[in-house]
Amino acid sequence: MNWSRKWINPVLDKEFRLRMRTPRAMLSVMLYILALGFIAMGFIYMTMYLNNNNGGTQQFNSGMSQMMFYVLSFSQLLMIAFMAPALTAGVISSEREKQTLSMLLTTQQSSMTIILSKLLSSLSFMALIVIATLPVYSIVFLYGGISPRQIISLFLFYLFIMLLLGSLGVMFSTIFKRTIISIIVTYSVGIFIFLITGLLYLFLSSMWQQIYSGAITPPSFSWVGFILGLNPAGAMLSLFEPEISKSVFHMNGSSMNTDAPIQLWVEFALVYTVVIIGSLWISIRSIRPVRRRKKHKIMSQEKIMEPSDNIIN
Amino acid sequence: MIEISNLSKRYGNFDALKDINLTISKGTVFGFVGPNGAGKSTTMSILATLVLPSSGTARVGGYEVTEYPKEVRKKIGYMPDFFGVYDQLKTIEYLHFYGASYNIPRSEREKLIPQLLDLVNLSDKSDSYVDSLSRGMKQRLCLARCLVHDPEVLILDEPASGLDPRARIEMREILKELKLMGKTIIISSHILPELAEMVDEIGVIEHGVMVAQGKVSDIQNRLRVKKILHIRTMERQEELTAFLRDEAFVSGVLSDNTGVHVHFSGGEEEQASLLQQMISLGYPVLSFNEAQTNLEDVFLEITKGGLGQ
Repeated sequence: MNWSRKWINPVLDKEFRLRMRTPRAMLSVMLYILALGFIAMGFIYMTMYLNNNNGGTQQFNSGMSQMMFYVLSFSQLLMIAFMAPALTAGVISSEREKQTLSMLLTTQQSSMTIILSKLLSSLSFMALIVIATLPVYSIVFLYGGISPRQIISLFLFYLFIMLLLGSLGVMFSTIFKRTIISIIVTYSVGIFIFLITGLLYLFLSSMWQQIYSGAITPPSFSWVGFILGLNPAGAMLSLFEPEISKSVFHMNGSSMNTDAPIQLWVEFALVYTVVIIGSLWISIRSIRPVRRRKKHKIMSQEKIMEPSDNIIN
Repeated sequence: MIEISNLSKRYGNFDALKDINLTISKGTVFGFVGPNGAGKSTTMSILATLVLPSSGTARVGGYEVTEYPKEVRKKIGYMPDFFGVYDQLKTIEYLHFYGASYNIPRSEREKLIPQLLDLVNLSDKSDSYVDSLSRGMKQRLCLARCLVHDPEVLILDEPASGLDPRARIEMREILKELKLMGKTIIISSHILPELAEMVDEIGVIEHGVMVAQGKVSDIQNRLRVKKILHIRTMERQEELTAFLRDEAFVSGVLSDNTGVHVHFSGGEEEQASLLQQMISLGYPVLSFNEAQTNLEDVFLEITKGGLGQ
């Protein structure tokens, strides 16, 4: 038995085939790399030619390379935020719309296998696209300023974001019958995570600073920092600049010698791991209306089911 | 093989099924008959572990569907009334996918799938993409999919719907073969005459209530569905017509150049007695036969629309 037969279950195998057989897959990869490539080239052009007051060209140094890395990273984060819901928010509802779900549910594949395989196949495709952008990042390496460790941690962070948005997409796809509704809800939650948390942080931190700007002894700790820990951009920034975490928890320059209670990216990972697990649990519970009863219930077999027993484990 | 007891399904205020009771023994081909929205598909979906009943029990092969869904799924092959296919898969890949989904080892599938394709007459389409198949072919492919794990029970919801006459005949022939293979089959169809040829028993359902269940002939007798007797005599046809009009169980008599047509609601004994009387009175009877009533007549007789009102 070769490894693929052992590790790739039928649902995953089918998903891989279906996804990669359409020209859309290759087109998506190509357009994605092109978009990121244009951003990189655009940044280089702007820093070398447009930002030069002397009229000539400016040398592209390691500092600029680091700045380009940040620009690419945030651009990619935004692109993942757009791509992940589109790839995952229809995985179950589209099967329902195409009328293939009922047949899949009468096979021996467990609910967990179906949900995780669907998610994994979407994640694999997203990972393929993101890894395909590595050559664009190689421009950064040419000029230095970024370590391979930072690149690896960035890509792991991307994987986590994909997992988060993917799990939410799969959950809404399982709950809602129509793909369009599932996509809208997933994007709405995505906007909340990416935008609302950031805006909330900015609003509350400015309020905090206003309140304590004239104080002789400003408080040594600000809980507002926890809100930025829920924002992917904030968490990503703390990966590159760990000092950020310290500054968001200790505003007005107070107690800057004290460590942050938690790194923003750690808070982000902890909170959203719970969200991921919860989303997958709900998806697995919701996909099949009829599930095996718990052991103690099987003992009393002849019991007539009540409508409240709607989901049986 | 299948036991349904006091099965009910309620969607909000709407009762899709009301206390259905049904028993189907092994090897039986059971025809599920009823108008659209009567509850056929709901019953089949419950048996296929896709819908949770509100109350009551349903067992397949001894396993209660809500308690042992995985075991039930092993025993059944389910074909829904509307289904889609994975267009980007080839026919052979489609069957491999479902075979693997039933945990059938690849070596077994390699032998099994050509046989299934042969059974449903799709051997020459094994490398074609599923989306290139006609509707009839997709229907047959779906039937092959149902059989991939050799289930004991086949639950076929309107398997012939939307097919042209030729495709319907092909489907019927395949079902006959499956019957010979000893499968227990529950089949619903709105094309009743086609069912009549192959079903052992029928169940008539209307407004979620099982109106009648049993052998077609038994139901016909029990319901005293009006028969049409066709009688030919050598002579004295007018006189015979007058005689028949006054007889019990006769609701109408029509005389034409082909003979006398009698609407008769009696059973077999009354029918034999009528013939005996005619002969004792000296009518020169050439032929005395019953025009066959079919499943459609039974269905129409039972579902007069009086239920649920």
